[in-house]
Amino acid sequence: MDYTKLTTIQRDVLREIGNIGAGNAATSMSKLLNRKIDMEVPSVNVVSYDEMMELLGGPDEVIVALLFRIQGVAPGTVYFILSTERAEALVREITGDQAMNLLASSDNELAISVLKETGNIVTGAYLSALSDFTQVNMQPSVPYLSIDMAGAILTAGLIELSQVTDYAIIINTKMNPSHLSHSIEGHFLFIPDPDSFPKLFQALGINGYE
Amino acid sequence: MNKTASIIKVGIADLNVVTPPMKIRTSGLGSCVGVVIYDETEKVSGLAHILLPNSQLARQKQYNPYKYADTAIPKLITKMIDCGANKHKLKAKIAGGAQMFQFASGSDMMRIGPRNVEAVLDKLKDCNIPVVAQDVGGNTGRTIEFDPETSKLKIRKINREETFI
Repeated sequence: MDYTKLTTIQRDVLREIGNIGAGNAATSMSKLLNRKIDMEVPSVNVVSYDEMMELLGGPDEVIVALLFRIQGVAPGTVYFILSTERAEALVREITGDQAMNLLASSDNELAISVLKETGNIVTGAYLSALSDFTQVNMQPSVPYLSIDMAGAILTAGLIELSQVTDYAIIINTKMNPSHLSHSIEGHFLFIPDPDSFPKLFQALGINGYE
Repeated sequence: MNKTASIIKVGIADLNVVTPPMKIRTSGLGSCVGVVIYDETEKVSGLAHILLPNSQLARQKQYNPYKYADTAIPKLITKMIDCGANKHKLKAKIAGGAQMFQFASGSDMMRIGPRNVEAVLDKLKDCNIPVVAQDVGGNTGRTIEFDPETSKLKIRKINREETFI
């Protein structure tokens, strides 16, 4: 299987998968925050590992990431990624406590719990839309949270993939609250395991993926 | 030459060799292991960013040998000898191999950090290279930078002071 050669239609299908999932996720985020959320058209990239880190600002960049392993017919990894400032803004907005500090140890526990729960709701919406659309059963794990360097966090999702290929197919969606004063931009990265691609394509009636 | 230009960056599943005044760096090591091999006398230093423990895991016909501990380390040693290092004077320092996410299901694939460290130590032992210092495990990412002039390895983690080993 050659991952670097996706046909236009396969790329479109993957983009649509990202679009539907993120659309749902944005709606649930919007309800949670009670304001409008803008969403960009997802991009589908076939990238080397180094390029993947660059997408998020380089391997050194500190990010807040929630990782979900997807179990089921088409296993994979989903990341919900925020910058530290944005994660903090999100926590403050949800708790209504402007003094909440994500990195301080004192109220860290509550902040992390808020983040995990938000991630859970939003990612749950993302996955259930995916699952409905593809008719493929997807069960997310509990959320795993890490605040660390992008390189360190993202390689954890590449372990399965890296035995098969040197490239990852990433379905990346950005969300922005339309409220410009403090934006909470979020990224969804969906990294299907290598064996999941044929299953996803097949489920959507796109055959001949070899 | 400005300061940043004198640092060679090593990407994921890659390796390189430097001599002074150049330094060598790799960023964002999580479960990956950064292996520095150096010759103090000749000042030749190499760094490999290893992603997986063993090339037998590969399900590719044409795999990148720099990705696996068992294949990257011999390649790195050969490259260093080509650059003038003395095979018998080589020493190693290693960092990385963290467990970034505490997965509930303890599948072997998820223990990749400790397995990488084990594989690297085994291979270095096979090659008769003593490991002088190591900073491995834990659950934080690391950025490491080696200076062949001083043979010091600088380790940076988020929210911590830089340390040298």
